[in-house]
Amino acid sequence: MKQPALSFIDVSFSKGDLHIIKNISGEITAGNITAFIGPSGAGKSTLFRLINQLTTKTTGEIIFNSQSIDTFNPMTLRKKVGVVLQEAVMIPGTVYDNLRLPRQLEGRDLPLTEAKDFLRKVGLEEKFLHTKAKELSGGQKQKVSIARTLVNEPEILLMDEITSSLDQVSAQAIESLITSFNHDERQTILWITHNIDQAKRLSDETWVLIDGECLYQGPTADLYNATDKHVRDFLEGGDGP
Amino acid sequence: MTYFTLSLTLLFVLIPLILAHVLKLNIEKDIIIATSRSIVQLLLVGYLLQFIFDQNDPLFMILMVGLIIFAATHNARKKGVNIKGITWKLILTYTTIEILTQSILIGLNITPATPQYVIPISGMVVGNAMVLSILFLNRLTDEVEDKQSQIELILSLGGSPKQAIHRQLITSIKASTVPTIETQKTMGLVQLPGMMSGQIIAGADPIQAVQFQLLILFILLTTAIITSVMLGYLSYPALFTEKMQLNDNLK
Repeated sequence: MKQPALSFIDVSFSKGDLHIIKNISGEITAGNITAFIGPSGAGKSTLFRLINQLTTKTTGEIIFNSQSIDTFNPMTLRKKVGVVLQEAVMIPGTVYDNLRLPRQLEGRDLPLTEAKDFLRKVGLEEKFLHTKAKELSGGQKQKVSIARTLVNEPEILLMDEITSSLDQVSAQAIESLITSFNHDERQTILWITHNIDQAKRLSDETWVLIDGECLYQGPTADLYNATDKHVRDFLEGGDGP
Repeated sequence: MTYFTLSLTLLFVLIPLILAHVLKLNIEKDIIIATSRSIVQLLLVGYLLQFIFDQNDPLFMILMVGLIIFAATHNARKKGVNIKGITWKLILTYTTIEILTQSILIGLNITPATPQYVIPISGMVVGNAMVLSILFLNRLTDEVEDKQSQIELILSLGGSPKQAIHRQLITSIKASTVPTIETQKTMGLVQLPGMMSGQIIAGADPIQAVQFQLLILFILLTTAIITSVMLGYLSYPALFTEKMQLNDNLK
């Protein structure tokens, strides 16, 4: 039995009267790719923000490395739980400026040779190193964004709809990149996607979030055996309740 | 100038009133309110200053400077309501630049410690700092709103709040001090400063007036930089929570 990379115990998050995450419990298996699917506004991105403490949960516990995330210094936690966002935000400057950012935040620098290694790792040629980040295509930006997060050597990678704004070719390239990380380095990956087929293709396990509740968690292979009506409606193309 | 002569200057108010009426600008009421307020406020200040000068008591002088700082804080704080503790941060900033300015001027015997010098110079210094803080707070709020994703990117990579907001802080400090620096570049070419012009009209030697104006310009430059840097570094922690997240009311 694999150790959980993350455990959720009755986690909720509310903003005023709005209950965005409702009593979520469950475990994320280390070394697996876990997909998070569900309709828009189901609370998937909020759950990711709770994990790396960009937002604070209202109640419950999230356990990482056998410790509540509340006991971590947020800066330390965010390095260990890296996040890649849909919009692939770049800081002004070159690709190299973006890659060295995590090290600079620690008062160090990223040597050029190491930067080239990170570029190769995400399938980009080293000639891009001195290209202005704003001149890159969407897919290239997303690769740089992944490489930048990898510089921190995170134990868990959170991917928030990273292929949703990309064309099919770029999306496939990112998918195979992530799959190879998972296979080669046993990297634990949590992946939010709107695309059920993508979840089926890539993930070992799937969580279905609908209206802030987790209504299915289990092997992706068993997803279509789910008994919950809302999950079945969603899988059949509905929008949930 | 007699009150009769002063009343004749109201002719200058008539011109914009007529233009506003003819062009249907719908600002006649504002012009009348602005004119009335400036007459009442300035006459009141005039009598108040006359009273303070006659007393020649340091306590009244300090009270007047306190009043200037209070009024400036009251005006500027509206632009930073999202920043917790903005009132005391503004008071601390204005008080610091006031103490710094007067310490240099009085300490080095450049100006005497009399109300005639201390109060007008305080008005100019704190007034300039007030405009600057409004520019700074406006810009910082806009920057945080526009660049929220960049700020959160740095936080998500393990950066501290100071590192996350550094770029926005520097941009806002620069943007708020630019008007002071640019005005100084064209000083004397495009405009004659109000205080210098006033002294010359009152019969002072133009070179003396220029020397005094230069003194004020240098003070304003120093206080401009100190105001925005001090306010910036006092304000940014309030933009984040204890958990190093951007405050919800800024999103």
